[in-house]
Amino acid sequence: MADPASSDTLAVELRNVDKAFYGVKANDHVSFRLARGEVHALLGENGAGKSTLCSILAGLYRPDAGEMLFEGEPATFKSPKDALAAGVGMVYQHFRLVPNLTVAENFALGHPDIGLRIDQKELHRSAEELGEKYGLPVDPAARIWQLSVGEQQRVEILKLLYRNAKILILDEPTAVLTPQESQALFKTMRQMAQEGRSVIFVSHKLHEVKQVSDQVTVLRGGKTVGGVATADAEPKDLARMMVGRDLELPVRDAQTDYGPVVLSVDGIRVPGDRGLEAVRGVTFELRAGEVIGIAGVSGNGQRELAYGLVGLRTPTGGTVTLEGVDVTTSSVLDHIHKGFSYVPQNRLGMGLAPGLTTEENLALKAFRRHPFSKGRRLVASAFRDEGARQIEQYDIRGVRPGLPIRLLSGGNLQKALVAREVELEPKVLIARSPTRGLDVGATEAVRNQVLAQRSRGAGVLLISEDLDELLALADRILVLYEGEVVGEMPTEEATAERLGLLMAGQRDEARS
Amino acid sequence: MNESQLILTIFAAIGLGTPLIFATVGEIITERAGILNLGVQGMMLVGAVAGFWATFKTGSLTLGVVVAVIAGAALSVIHAYASITLRVSQIVSGLALTLFGTGLASFLGRAGSEPLVGNPSRKVFEPLISGGIADWPLVGPLLLGHDILVYLAWVVAAGASYYLFRTRMGLSLRAVGEDPASAESAGVNVAWVRYAHVMAGGALAGLGGAYFSLALVPTWQDDPIGAAGWIAIALVILASWRPGRAVFAAYLFGAAERVQFTLQTIGEPWSNIPSTLLAMLPFLLAIIAMIVLTSGKRARFLGAPAALGIPYFREQR
Repeated sequence: MADPASSDTLAVELRNVDKAFYGVKANDHVSFRLARGEVHALLGENGAGKSTLCSILAGLYRPDAGEMLFEGEPATFKSPKDALAAGVGMVYQHFRLVPNLTVAENFALGHPDIGLRIDQKELHRSAEELGEKYGLPVDPAARIWQLSVGEQQRVEILKLLYRNAKILILDEPTAVLTPQESQALFKTMRQMAQEGRSVIFVSHKLHEVKQVSDQVTVLRGGKTVGGVATADAEPKDLARMMVGRDLELPVRDAQTDYGPVVLSVDGIRVPGDRGLEAVRGVTFELRAGEVIGIAGVSGNGQRELAYGLVGLRTPTGGTVTLEGVDVTTSSVLDHIHKGFSYVPQNRLGMGLAPGLTTEENLALKAFRRHPFSKGRRLVASAFRDEGARQIEQYDIRGVRPGLPIRLLSGGNLQKALVAREVELEPKVLIARSPTRGLDVGATEAVRNQVLAQRSRGAGVLLISEDLDELLALADRILVLYEGEVVGEMPTEEATAERLGLLMAGQRDEARS
Repeated sequence: MNESQLILTIFAAIGLGTPLIFATVGEIITERAGILNLGVQGMMLVGAVAGFWATFKTGSLTLGVVVAVIAGAALSVIHAYASITLRVSQIVSGLALTLFGTGLASFLGRAGSEPLVGNPSRKVFEPLISGGIADWPLVGPLLLGHDILVYLAWVVAAGASYYLFRTRMGLSLRAVGEDPASAESAGVNVAWVRYAHVMAGGALAGLGGAYFSLALVPTWQDDPIGAAGWIAIALVILASWRPGRAVFAAYLFGAAERVQFTLQTIGEPWSNIPSTLLAMLPFLLAIIAMIVLTSGKRARFLGAPAALGIPYFREQR
């Protein structure tokens, strides 16, 4: 491995970079050195400033202060165009591919060497060749929206290689992949490093960082905590650097005496956005005091399953029964009144009304009833008093009276959303990726709330792409693939590998 | 309606449809960049008065067209600045542009010691070919015997189609309208692309306006274009953002405009219908076309640019 200290092998260096958003420092005197031909992991909690740092390198954000040295020379990137011209490319967490264009057109987009007229044949040929070279086969004529998430990621990486990028930044690339797909990605990353390219690998998963990287830089709260060679770092030390304290996230106890069945789902079918069936006959029974985890790669019907269960989308087949009462075609309001709570993945927008105040948002499902309403009139004092109680009880920080809730941080938004949903004392709580994007403290709080509902005797359906979370909280895990349950097991029998195979669509041999 | 009336109607429809082609193709180009410009009516009016003025002063039709194009593009810069740089609501800004353009055109037509209003144009676009082959039955009135701008409209539509789907800039344009964040990450200058194509749309709207004042109704009056600008915005949807289809959509509406006059002249019982009702015909057609096209499953094939009307801010999070 290259010696990171000697300047002639340095690909890029950042010195004391600052970047603030609306007065909040996302990067605070961050320094970072990247050598040629290395895989360099950027490790940190969500909100530690990893994505901001990467976006600065990729020319998307301009730093407020600090300097950037590119192959020893000072450089400033005014836009991603400048960065790409210098050989720096980034695969964003939310892919930057134009959905309605073909794979080949996405390769050609903004490429300086494409002539005024686009030669489709030549473009398709070179796209295919490149895919073969890196073992990442793609169909150049396919439109992006037709591709799976894993395929889209391949296109993103090839797009950068098509530009001959020397520095590739991968922002949490494994978040959307099965464990097996992640291994394939690591192989590609090593191949790119061997060619002399530098790869920045952003992750908060220690075992991945340990496996694939040569060098680690840890960020915490927008600051650089330290940089070490991966070989010299113990996972435990990295964890402490990342979190700043020793920390154990809550895990369920091994309770086995569940109550009666609260939610019974029988062969439910739900259409997707494009009219095709996204949920194709899902069946399960959820008991009181039980957490069922739904695993699966994003886009396999999770969203539609949740919509179908809470009344946001009417199922086209099958039945949903709550304590013996058929609620398959009930309205959303009916679902709420009958005891469904729902924590959507999209917090701001679907979960909370961004422009309303925190107090109003906390009452957004209960406001039709006492104490919030007297007849058709709202009771202002109830909003204020109830709001104050919940803000205190659920430790929602940063609330300013009268100001819209969207000004809160992600963790506090989620605490408010979860507070509202559990205050309803639901019979069934459906939560989608409830800790996605949260820092450790908020993750801890949300997990505790989920487990508290379980102890209270509610049935919990936890739909998540985070396997670690499912393994920690769920009593049983169902794997969803292309709208069907392809595997089901008690959590004790589940491993990341087994779930990964199922998530990739391989049926469980033991059960079929 | 007899055969000669039919041919006359079609001939007139092509004339009436021509300014709509310019304005619609212009708005398609603008909307493909993700910018909704409701100022078409205003830009057309300003183009109409500017083109009329230039020809009136110089006697040159070419100069009239050039000035109209520049005027339309210049006016559109206001909308570009407001919607791209300041990121204000595109609907508000576009409507303001129409109000402003309408007032400005009216003012310019009456300003000065020798106001334009009431004056006939010194020159008018004439058919390229007259007599001879232009008198051939059917082919003559349908394909030959139009003025040069009718043919320019075909060239503009075909050129815009090629540009959109076959060139590098066209690809960048479509990408910016669909997903500006992705386009920018691929090295496309989003603001530049948007400015350029808002102005291109303005230029074509100006040209469309000039066709009214220099060919269709070549005497300056306060409101020479009717509601052509609004029709053009509807035609963009009817053409599902494709320049080629805009030609057919524009001629269809040209025909609707013309048919109301034809109906009044062909006698009982049609001439008993009040002309004010018949004047609604094109708008009724627009509403019906919209309902048919946007209802149910067809809506998916419309292909509105995904980022249409949404301001883009790079450092948003």
